[in-house]
Amino acid sequence: MSQFDLENEMRSALRMDAPLTRGPQMKWQQKKSTDPGNLSLNSSAANGSLLSSNKTPSKHGIPPAASQSKTPSSQDMGRKTPKSAGAHKTPSKGSKTPKKTPKAADRFIPNRTTTQFDVNHFKLMQDPKGENGPQDMMSPSQVEYQRVMSENLNGDRLAHRIMSYKEKAPAAPEEYTVFQNTGHQGDLRVLYSTTKTPASAKKTIRHIPQVPERILDAPDILDDYYLNLLDWSVNNQLAVCLGGSVYLWNASTGDIKQLFQVDGPEEYIGAVSWIKEGNYLAVGTSSGEVQLWDVAQQKRLRNMSGHSARVGCLSWNSFILSSGSRSGNIHHHDVRVADHHVGTLSAHTQEVCGLRWSPDGKYLASGANDNLLCVWPAQSTINTQPLHTFSQHQAAVKALAWCPWQPSLLASGGGTADRHIRFWNCNTGTNLSSVDTKSQVCALLWSKEHRELISSHGFAQNQLIIWKYPAMTRVAELTGHTARVLHMAMSPDGETVVSAAADETLRLWKCFSVDQEKKKTKTKSVGKDPGSTLRTMIR
Amino acid sequence: MASTVRQCITLKGSTEIVAEFFDYAINSILYQRGIFPPETFTHKQQYGLTLLVTTNDELLKYLKTVIGQVKNWCQELIVQKLVVVIKRVDTNEVVERWQFDIQCDKTVNSKTKRDKTEKEVKEEIKSIIRQITATVTFLPLLESVCSFDVLIYTDKDAEVPFNWGESGPHFITNSEEVRLRSFTTTIHKVDAMVAFKKTD
Repeated sequence: MSQFDLENEMRSALRMDAPLTRGPQMKWQQKKSTDPGNLSLNSSAANGSLLSSNKTPSKHGIPPAASQSKTPSSQDMGRKTPKSAGAHKTPSKGSKTPKKTPKAADRFIPNRTTTQFDVNHFKLMQDPKGENGPQDMMSPSQVEYQRVMSENLNGDRLAHRIMSYKEKAPAAPEEYTVFQNTGHQGDLRVLYSTTKTPASAKKTIRHIPQVPERILDAPDILDDYYLNLLDWSVNNQLAVCLGGSVYLWNASTGDIKQLFQVDGPEEYIGAVSWIKEGNYLAVGTSSGEVQLWDVAQQKRLRNMSGHSARVGCLSWNSFILSSGSRSGNIHHHDVRVADHHVGTLSAHTQEVCGLRWSPDGKYLASGANDNLLCVWPAQSTINTQPLHTFSQHQAAVKALAWCPWQPSLLASGGGTADRHIRFWNCNTGTNLSSVDTKSQVCALLWSKEHRELISSHGFAQNQLIIWKYPAMTRVAELTGHTARVLHMAMSPDGETVVSAAADETLRLWKCFSVDQEKKKTKTKSVGKDPGSTLRTMIR
Repeated sequence: MASTVRQCITLKGSTEIVAEFFDYAINSILYQRGIFPPETFTHKQQYGLTLLVTTNDELLKYLKTVIGQVKNWCQELIVQKLVVVIKRVDTNEVVERWQFDIQCDKTVNSKTKRDKTEKEVKEEIKSIIRQITATVTFLPLLESVCSFDVLIYTDKDAEVPFNWGESGPHFITNSEEVRLRSFTTTIHKVDAMVAFKKTD
């Protein structure tokens, strides 16, 4: 074979891109080739011959007592991972016991950290003569095995001494240790722990599930843009009008019950609205009646007539119930007195489809099919004129929502021809901003927890859009409905939004989930609340 | 003329270099880790760096004794490791362990001369000292008052001098290790490493 060597070498030298076959051997290859020799060399203590070939002679330069029992590789191992050896555990534990006796100590406690009992015991018990006997009988591999085992068990402790000066290093001056936090280490703390500020750890983006949490069937729900067929009470009951019946869905238990059904086959329900306390439900019918129902008793308390056409929207302001009708009139009903009709607002010429009292009860916003948005003062007389009339919308104004954190900020959304969400300052009567949504705006809700609002849309995507306010950037789009999303309501905890669409489904979206820390503070404040409500009750 | 004399390294010269390095390294650690108040340190130009060395008399005396002994052992080529242990004063728990592995070339005697300039060695030392300074950025902050101790690993047959005693290795339970650079005078090779308690 040797006659080919030259040829092979020539070939490999000429081929530049071939893998390196010449060059120095890798370390493991070297080791492999010298391995059998290594064993015998070790046992025969012929260290000198190894020295010349090894690149790190100092490793072998240790006196024979130590180096005889070591191959270079295992020595390295022993040094790098000394803690992995089981025998080390005891001394490190022992080092925890105080070395210096406390200042006020009255007893002498002997320091045993330096006395390595286990090693000493091992050394004492080890009979050199007795061990040499069987060692001679053992094969080189057995000797090697024993050596490695003893190294693993004892570590490299037997190979060296650890010395320390008995007079310990002086302690830092006391005034420094006392004021350490304001001193040098305080500076270090400022320099190197500023990244741990909660501000940077705070999540800026919230996870919004893209799929509804639940889907409920809503058969026979009317596909009519001008009605308001959905409302969620403070008692966690959802009122839904399906044609001529009103159904209540208990969101906590999931129970469904039918509250009532209108008599005539042509009649239907045009609007529902819960009173703030959640025990009464106001219902507007196609015949122009406004009814008041006690939900617990499932009993009609009042039937308030007065409208000449169907009632499509309702809104409560404590005991005043406002209702908007197809005639364009808005009636105020005082539900406590027999003569309930206490005010009429007539500025709209077409059907009123959006009606919303501001949270502080100062303003009533109304939107109608005549493309007008009116803001009314709370005190109304027979000839009340609207405080502001906004005519910027190019279509019917159905979606209305008052901002929960900024009083007198109103958001309104227009219909198919308009497609804009507009923001109004009702104190000054100015248009703050507007955004084109590219789709019919059917409903609007503000989040209670986040500086966000959600809008529901019709053609083409039938989606819900969550907007950041005031930047009006889209946070998320929730798709799933297959027809226009006509109505929305928010759960009393503000986390879930229910949407009702013309595809006869209700979908529950958990899009405003509150993070745990905030929730804690919130429940605390809620815990205080009963007292305050009690006080108002007594008064 | 002087420069040609310094061209090679003898055992004695190597020992001086190593001992001097330990002196500055320990001083740097004590300053950087805030073991001693910063106002007790003074600036000194060395290795082309501005280093801080202590002015505390007790500490100076202690370091002088310890480094002096290390020097003796270096000269005898029986030192294996120098370890600076930083532990909490209140619990005595070891929180940091600076380990300098020293490999001595045992073939050297007082007459051997090695070809390596002092300048080259000092360049290597410079990079280690720089690394020690830089470790402050990743080492966990020492929350409580800490003290330090110096352990020296020697060969088994080393004599224990007066006032020295054997000690435990002072390992850190649950530690993380970071290797630093090394330098060699061709007679002594020093590998630096720092181990610190894992924070989680």
